Amino acid sequence: MNRRLYDFWVGLFVVLGLAALVFLALRVSNVSSGGAKPTYRVTAAFDNIGGLKVRAPIKSAGVLVGRVSNIHLDPQTYRALVTLDIEQDYHFSRDSSAEILTSGVLGDQYVGIDPGADETMLKGGDRINLTSSAIVLEKLISQFMFSKAAENAPQAKPAQ
Amino acid sequence: MLDWMDRRVRAIGAPVVDALEKLGFGFRFFMAVLWHSLGVFRRFSLITREIYFTGVLSLVIIMVSGLFVGMVLGLQGYDTLQRFGASEALGVLVSLSLLRELGPVVAGLLFASRAGSAITAEIGLMKATEQLSAMEVMAVNPVARVIAPRFWGGVISMPLLATLFSAAGIIGGYLVGVVLIGVDSGSFWAQMQAQVDLYNDVANGIIKSVVFGIAVSIIAVFEGFDAPETAEGVSGATTRTVVTSSLVILGLDVVLTAFMFRGV
Repeated sequence: MNRRLYDFWVGLFVVLGLAALVFLALRVSNVSSGGAKPTYRVTAAFDNIGGLKVRAPIKSAGVLVGRVSNIHLDPQTYRALVTLDIEQDYHFSRDSSAEILTSGVLGDQYVGIDPGADETMLKGGDRINLTSSAIVLEKLISQFMFSKAAENAPQAKPAQ
Repeated sequence: MLDWMDRRVRAIGAPVVDALEKLGFGFRFFMAVLWHSLGVFRRFSLITREIYFTGVLSLVIIMVSGLFVGMVLGLQGYDTLQRFGASEALGVLVSLSLLRELGPVVAGLLFASRAGSAITAEIGLMKATEQLSAMEVMAVNPVARVIAPRFWGGVISMPLLATLFSAAGIIGGYLVGVVLIGVDSGSFWAQMQAQVDLYNDVANGIIKSVVFGIAVSIIAVFEGFDAPETAEGVSGATTRTVVTSSLVILGLDVVLTAFMFRGV
């Protein structure tokens, strides 16, 4: 076999390999949605973010409008500061509220934005003031247990 | 009594000393291969020929195996996921398993047994038939002319083969999951795209395959170069290539996985 035939097959092999890589990058992973659109950055402070992670989606009315870019604990207030990158196509009024929701029972957590009624819009560097925390299942259960205990307590007293 | 103890100590000591000696020689050999690589890249047609023998000829076994592995993942994954009512996540399961683990590792094992053994046998036989000595007589360095091109051919082929393995596997999972079983095609791809990360999953898998490619190639050329010049010597070296490469791939995989996917 001569050199040109080797070159042909090796060339074909490399092209196939690169095609597979492009397939993995574009069809399998999420490179196309990775920050190609321009975004503006707002922050929101939550009492508890539950299991929210960086790169979690931000949704409004179920539509993806951005992604969480950073999460850290404010050392003064001990609240979680979440940085939200929202696509510039979407504008929300200043009194919009942010809440942490869960998709499905076992699904990932995401930030939901409910639009407000104010005329002025949120812009880069603003902070969303109205927030509600993630629902933590353990707290929910303990609340339920305590309220059950409180219900039973008055019935117990007359019996004494 | 003293003679008996002396023999015992020798029986324990000799293999250890031999193994260390071989390891040291292997390291020196690896350095020599790297040292002579620059000249090889100037004559790239030498490497092209080796990519043909290690990469192109492994293409069929790698892609068919990838397709089958992906199909099995589709069947097994669907069976498990539908118990939790999460059969739409089949695409995520198939693609993450392939990209992170099975692609690099299984392609590496197949590469070691398909191409690594062939490299060892070829170099061992060249040594046994004194072709390497003849080159030295002609003032041609066999490390630069024979060893380095085979090493680099393997290093270049391995990541491409692992990528093709993963891609074929995902198509296999798609065929079984969507075409055969009837998982929704849209959610199969959409969930995959939402969960698979280009850097964490795709790029780390490729880094793994590059490391495995270097390991398998250096073991294959070294065992061939170190083989005793007899028929048994060459056959033993070929076996050692497959056994050592497989163990090294699986061992390195544990280390690399511990580094890459600890917090993800």
